[in-house]
Amino acid sequence: MSPTVADLLAGAVLLALTAYVLLAGADFGGGVWDLFARGPRRERQRAVIAHAIGPVWEANHVWLILVVVLLFTGFPRAFSQIVIALHIPLTLILVGIVLRGSAFIFRSYGGDDSGGQRRWGRVFAVSSLVTPLLLGTAVGTIAAGRVQRPTGAGFMADFVTPWLTPFAASVGGLTLALFAFLAAVYLTNETAEEELREDFRRQALASGVVVFLLAMVTLVLAWQGAPLVWNGLIVSPGALPLHLIVGAAATLSLWALWHRWWRLARVAAVAQVTCILWGWALSQYPWILPPSLTIAQSAAPLITLKLTLGALALGSLVLFPSLFYLFRVFKATEQT
Amino acid sequence: MTDLFAARSQMAMSLGFHILFAIVGIGMPLLMVIAEARWRRSGDPLDLELAKRWSRGTAILFAVGAVSGTVLSFELGLLWPGFMEAAGPIIGMPFSLEGFAFFTEAIFLGVYLYGWDRISPRAHLLAGVIVAVSGAASGVFVVIANAWMNAPAGFTLVDGTFSDIDPLAAMANSAAFQQVLHMTLASYAATGLAVAGIHAFLLRRDPLNAFHRRALTIGLMVGAPAALLQPLSGDISARNVAEHQPAKLAAMEALFQTRAGAPLLIGGLPDMDTKTTRWGIEIPAGLSLLINRDPKSVVTGLDSFPRADWPHVPTVHFAFQIMVGLGSLMALVSLWALFKLFRGHDLAADRRFLALTALTAPMGFIAIEAGWTVTEVGRQPWVIYNVMRTSDAVTPMPRLVYTLAGFTALYCFLGIVVAWLLYAQIIRSPREREWHRIYAPKPAVTP
Ligand code: HDD
Ligand code: HEM
Ligand code: HEM
Repeated sequence: MSPTVADLLAGAVLLALTAYVLLAGADFGGGVWDLFARGPRRERQRAVIAHAIGPVWEANHVWLILVVVLLFTGFPRAFSQIVIALHIPLTLILVGIVLRGSAFIFRSYGGDDSGGQRRWGRVFAVSSLVTPLLLGTAVGTIAAGRVQRPTGAGFMADFVTPWLTPFAASVGGLTLALFAFLAAVYLTNETAEEELREDFRRQALASGVVVFLLAMVTLVLAWQGAPLVWNGLIVSPGALPLHLIVGAAATLSLWALWHRWWRLARVAAVAQVTCILWGWALSQYPWILPPSLTIAQSAAPLITLKLTLGALALGSLVLFPSLFYLFRVFKATEQT
Repeated sequence: MTDLFAARSQMAMSLGFHILFAIVGIGMPLLMVIAEARWRRSGDPLDLELAKRWSRGTAILFAVGAVSGTVLSFELGLLWPGFMEAAGPIIGMPFSLEGFAFFTEAIFLGVYLYGWDRISPRAHLLAGVIVAVSGAASGVFVVIANAWMNAPAGFTLVDGTFSDIDPLAAMANSAAFQQVLHMTLASYAATGLAVAGIHAFLLRRDPLNAFHRRALTIGLMVGAPAALLQPLSGDISARNVAEHQPAKLAAMEALFQTRAGAPLLIGGLPDMDTKTTRWGIEIPAGLSLLINRDPKSVVTGLDSFPRADWPHVPTVHFAFQIMVGLGSLMALVSLWALFKLFRGHDLAADRRFLALTALTAPMGFIAIEAGWTVTEVGRQPWVIYNVMRTSDAVTPMPRLVYTLAGFTALYCFLGIVVAWLLYAQIIRSPREREWHRIYAPKPAVTP
């Protein structure tokens, strides 16, 4: 069976989401490490983090907007069910995004007032911690097949209990850990100072272990909480190769960190996170909102799908060279 | 408070907040680029200082614009899922294109802000130009989406479902050109005159300050031409509204009865129950003349529409009066400014001119809020004009008053912080030691 146009657009959504997780996710993770910065090199760690995030976070953030836009353009029914059922967590995510972005910029441009800077730094760091938890919760609720049209069974039943589950919470925790892990691995590549590198390496190793533990917890909870995911990740024929790949990437990233092969660690971490996301997506294919709405059922008319793909292709011609330029200007020079 | 009303208020508040930053995101990059281009030609460090300060200000405002815009893209769905489910496939196109404009804007703003000493001066200026162009482009695309709500096109409606969807025809709707033109001019007029006005105010106390003089000139160079064109563009908009959205035009003018030789109403208090307006000044046949270029022509009044399809007339009428009133003042001040600039007068020497320019500083922003009130409240009770009612689009989620209160509090707080930062970082005169830095002789190289 060859993929349909709708499948292609769904794939584009997945790619945009992947880019968001790999890029903006690490910016969130940077905020987490800002919060947990300890010891004598605390302020220098924070400076490296701010320096790494500063020029790129706004561009990275646009991937989320692309995900939203592609969803409501290409899969309007799925979008409308998601925004109704997840109204509360999504609203909280927005508050987190607003506070984080503004606090970061207020801290950077707040002048010499160090008290004010510390307060904004705290707001930035705390919202960087809370937002990924909620983002993961939202994704976990979708994966669990609990995003449904309201049944009129009451406020709690329609708008709260669907996402207030152990499985969704564990996906939230896993998301946070992944973001922190990505950030720490990237940060080892962002500084030439040995001491700071060692700090970030320790944090990367620690969060890598936490990722592993939380992934196990999530998998166990999926048995009850997200049968479709469980099925896709344990029972289906594609499951074993997938686990092997994720496992290999995870081992490789930790191993590379251990041996201080910074660039290899970064590549492996990216592969690991990408495989986790795609594993989830494959496990619920062809559902977009299991178990009620498939990609085909929720897709917009063909003409819209085609035009949107066309716009994406055209936009990419502008986007990728620009992104390449941005990262070359700000990221290539860090490595010495 | 009903949930529908809370949703409408939350939408209005979020849009009203975002637009302030969006305007600046469109206008400021142009000012910044002009200052930098002048610096490259003149070598005057003052121009460089202006470009740097403005880019710091833009960085703060852009970030708040980006996060409040993100809130909006979710809110379209969170508050109006019925609308987005139907409209998404039809007007997703401009939103997707807007997404790419955001990318280029954010990417090159990053390059611009953090790249002063990492890339060549030419590349740096080019990055600024790209920010300015993509800022304008993102405004254009989102206004096209809004124009579609006012003048829906590109589908046929069969038993309440949308079929024969044509996203390109939807983008080419009959309100798009007028609204895009008017909004783009509005952004430059508002930003340019705001910058000019702020520095005019400071020049009244400190008339010799070279920093403020330069800023005043650049602000006027951008703001004045746009403000001068704005009434013309508004006229084009008004005639388009008369043709395609007659109920909105009738509400703007508080025209309760359809009639020939309709008067132009200035001020006044419309009463929707008695269908009369008290205390207004009527210019006989003025409206007919403006809309159809014929003083005897007929203009459709609100009596041609069922009462349930009326927007809230006093709100729309007041908002329209405010926009047109402020727009006229801005155009007059701009005319004076351009006259003085061409004559080579010393702008800062004329205290009356400075006072008047200072007064125009907030006017563009107020006019834009008022203009959007005309457009959006004037479309009610429809979210898609004559196709879908706002009440049919709203989310089933109850207790929206809490999110309304939460976002209002959050935005008030952010607004105060931003205002304070802008004052402390951008607007106030350079302190003495900063003057030293601006004009400092290069430190002698020690052998
Ligand atoms: C600097 C701001 C500014 C100024 C000086 C004016 N306007 Fe305006 N106006 C806007 C900013 C604006 C706006 C906020 O940008 C709107 C809202 C929607 C739109 O497209 O532009 C708008 C909408 C708008 C509409 C409704 C369009 C619609 O609903 O489709 C009309 C009829 C006018 N304007 C007419 C005028 C006239 C006759 C003006 C004469 C002075 C004027 N405007 C000055
Ligand atoms: C007429 C109305 C609008 C105009 C002119 C406008 C224009 C702009 C501009 C110029 C920016 C760049 C950032 C900035 O300057 O702060 C921006 C940001 C943004 N706007 Fe709006 N906007 C409008 C309404 C909306 C609406 C209704 C939405 C929701 C769908 C929206 C979504 C966004 C988003 C998501 C961003 C962030 C982009 C980023 O991260 O760089 N805007 N807008
Ligand atoms: C940024 C400038 C804008 C401002 C200040 C603004 C203002 C408003 C106001 C005051 C309302 C409430 C109207 C009422 O219910 O009485 C509203 C509603 C709404 N606006 Fe806008 N608007 C802007 C631009 C846009 C754009 C660009 C879009 C879409 C692309 C948009 C989409 C909507 C929607 C979906 C609603 C809710 C449904 C409705 O009340 O009709 N607005 N806006």
